Amino acid sequence: MESRMSSAAAAAPLTWQAFKSDYKPIWCPGCGDYSVLNSATKAFATLGLRPENVAVVSGIGCSSRIPAYTSCYGFHGVHGRALAAGTGLKIARPDLTVLVAGGDGDGYSIGGNHFLHACRRNVDLTYVVMDNHVYGMTKGQPSPTTEPDWDSKLSPGGTGLRTFHPLVIALAAGANFIARAFSGNPNESAQILAEAIRTPGFSFVEILSPCVTFRPEQRDWKNLVRPAPVAATDDPARAARRIMTDDGFNIGVLYKGGRKPYQPPSGKATKHLAELEAEFTI
Amino acid sequence: MSGTGVASVSVALAGSGGAGVMTAGNLLLQATAQAGWYGLMVRSSGPQIRGGEAAALLRIATRPVDCLDDRFDLVIAVDWENVHRFADEIPLDARSLMVGDPDHGSPPEVFAQCGAPLAQIPFKRMAKAIPGSWPNMIMLGVAARLIGLPPETLKSIVRKSYKRGAEGLAASLAAVDAGVSAAAELPETLRLVSPRRAEKPRWLITGNEAAGFGAVRGGVRFVAAYPITPATEVLEWLAPTLASVGGALVQAEDELASINMAIGASFGGVPALTATAGPGLSLMTEALGLAVAAEVPVIVLDVMRGGPSTGIPAKSEQGDVSIALNGLHGDAPRIVVAPTSIADCLTATQWAVHLAERLQAPAIVLSDQYLGQTRAVVDRPADVSFKAERVLAVPHAEGYKRYAATESGISPAAVPGTPGNAYTAEGLEHNERGIPSSQSRDHLAQLAKRERKLRQHDYGRHWAEVEGQGDTAVLTFGSCTGPAREALARAAEQGVHARLVSMRLLSPAQPERLAKALAGVRRVLVVEQNHSAQFHRYLRADFDLPGEVRSFHRAGPLPIRPDEIYQRITEWSRA
Repeated sequence: MESRMSSAAAAAPLTWQAFKSDYKPIWCPGCGDYSVLNSATKAFATLGLRPENVAVVSGIGCSSRIPAYTSCYGFHGVHGRALAAGTGLKIARPDLTVLVAGGDGDGYSIGGNHFLHACRRNVDLTYVVMDNHVYGMTKGQPSPTTEPDWDSKLSPGGTGLRTFHPLVIALAAGANFIARAFSGNPNESAQILAEAIRTPGFSFVEILSPCVTFRPEQRDWKNLVRPAPVAATDDPARAARRIMTDDGFNIGVLYKGGRKPYQPPSGKATKHLAELEAEFTI
Repeated sequence: MSGTGVASVSVALAGSGGAGVMTAGNLLLQATAQAGWYGLMVRSSGPQIRGGEAAALLRIATRPVDCLDDRFDLVIAVDWENVHRFADEIPLDARSLMVGDPDHGSPPEVFAQCGAPLAQIPFKRMAKAIPGSWPNMIMLGVAARLIGLPPETLKSIVRKSYKRGAEGLAASLAAVDAGVSAAAELPETLRLVSPRRAEKPRWLITGNEAAGFGAVRGGVRFVAAYPITPATEVLEWLAPTLASVGGALVQAEDELASINMAIGASFGGVPALTATAGPGLSLMTEALGLAVAAEVPVIVLDVMRGGPSTGIPAKSEQGDVSIALNGLHGDAPRIVVAPTSIADCLTATQWAVHLAERLQAPAIVLSDQYLGQTRAVVDRPADVSFKAERVLAVPHAEGYKRYAATESGISPAAVPGTPGNAYTAEGLEHNERGIPSSQSRDHLAQLAKRERKLRQHDYGRHWAEVEGQGDTAVLTFGSCTGPAREALARAAEQGVHARLVSMRLLSPAQPERLAKALAGVRRVLVVEQNHSAQFHRYLRADFDLPGEVRSFHRAGPLPIRPDEIYQRITEWSRA
């Protein structure tokens, strides 16, 4: 009886606020990441998850501070390796919901190799990149998504480098779910995140999240974003065309495939430990 | 077999790549094991992936052996073409015997100069006369005859391992017989004493397999793998094995990923390991610091090879002592354990899993290419009870503090899925709750906690192997233990008695235990296989060594031989 009551209590849906911690974010006033935090917690609540069954995994950067601001289990690791840590966690603990989060420098520059391989490995987790086209924590250096002519102390006159196109690369590398969201529309972002989490396999959500401190011109993003004109496709060729040709401000789910998530052979133990020594015994 | 003969015989089988010397070596080792002897086989090959020269370096003995001997009694070459490349690894003298194929070159100059007699056996012509057979099977028959291995035992092993059709098998068996007959006229001086009846169960195992087995026994159920010589076999052994015990192995995109995957899995409560060599360990150091700070147990098996940089990938060297002990930024206490023998790769790794989990810290296991890739006949290692036993937080722990500065330094870990205890594992310095903090008092408290939990743990008798008596001691670790033990046994036969201390636990340092083990010692010879005496420098920094201390250190890839230690110890103790 008692256990039935406690399981009934455990099943009671939680508000999104219940997924937030009481720890005050270090983010600047006006930072888009506040809104991403709200969207993520709303997505968890919508899906009826419990904080103890969710792990939020990150690397280093402003946005990578997000795990501690949730009431979930958090992992704040080293720069660029969040996807690796999240992958290990999900493979070892398939029962958990794993959300990996970070910024454009963390994910596309130092963590670029893991991004490629997480897309192709297709482990069932969701990767959120809060993209503000700048390194904020180190006070304003160009990231892979920064425009080539953006002037900074580290790259006077701009880097002169092509910008990295994360969605195209995710598609080419095999990500199973690809979406773009905007932090200024938290409810819509929450819906996109919920769908990303619900979809089996590796889901990649790029959230345009302005850095009002080092990229104040990004305040204008709210005037540039628009819903993607067509619904998500499961055809990679069509998705590639769309993602290649859009201007980076189409919002919504852009690609949703049907690849089976990766899980290495494991599960039921078929051998007793004592049996293992037979292969060595003379 | 007669009751007389030698107690140990060293045999090198050599030839061009593809000649099958490794196959012959493995069969010879298996057959001698079956007959009741002990032994080991070191694989040596050139840098080519396939097709280069190769040598199987075997030592067969009546008692367990942990190292190659000083010299070889017998070298058999299917052909002599590139055997000169192994000249340094196959020391011969006038008492040695060379056997080769007169149609395929002649022994290299250095071999010829040592005065060893040469016996000619035309392996290739003989194999040609038995359709479907190979010269390496003739070689195998010759070796069996020379060391006194009963042909029937050898043939039963050939039968067991042959996988290609009955005709081929019959040809191989005929070739073995032909080899045995061809060697009938050769000297009988290399015959081994009959083996004693085996009292204990014995295993045929490599250190890499033993380490993998130790990991699984300790409770490791997640492994992230990135291939690297000479650690790959650990991962290849673990892949199917882990799956069969309910664990999982994932191949990572690089070593940065493999260590972070392992840490992620362990954060999830599943004991996790990765295996690598020096270049991989270099890449992993940043994440190992995270494991220290976030207090996530993880085990890294480092199968050391020649360094720095890419170095000498397939050859042994104990060059990673410094990086293992000091190679993280900040004050980062970690566990470093070194197996003392091939068989001990099992116990040491199992212990490392236990310590990492118990102390919520990273553990590095310092194996090396010699221990890892050498296959040996060993007495079945004694069972140890070391298991992964992480102190876990109870659900809804009141006022839960993940990094509570407890007296022991160990704070109960909450595993995801546990309600009421959610926290963020943190690489930033943090307070007891895990909230990032740059305040002095939090930094000092957490540094002290992390240091305290390692220092206060009772490591018990496993911290070292301490043997023998005397006022002279050899202090060493890892694969130098074998030659040191053998050197001291020889010294004892000459009336020179000395102690052997082989340290299994390098970090945290155990100065009090070592002082006790060396009580009354006046001379300490520190032995290690690297160029800059890394182990000696560590001992000088962290321990008070008694009496006069000398360092005997030499880089790989050539193994430290028993005689080198024997000479130093006997000369010094008579001085």
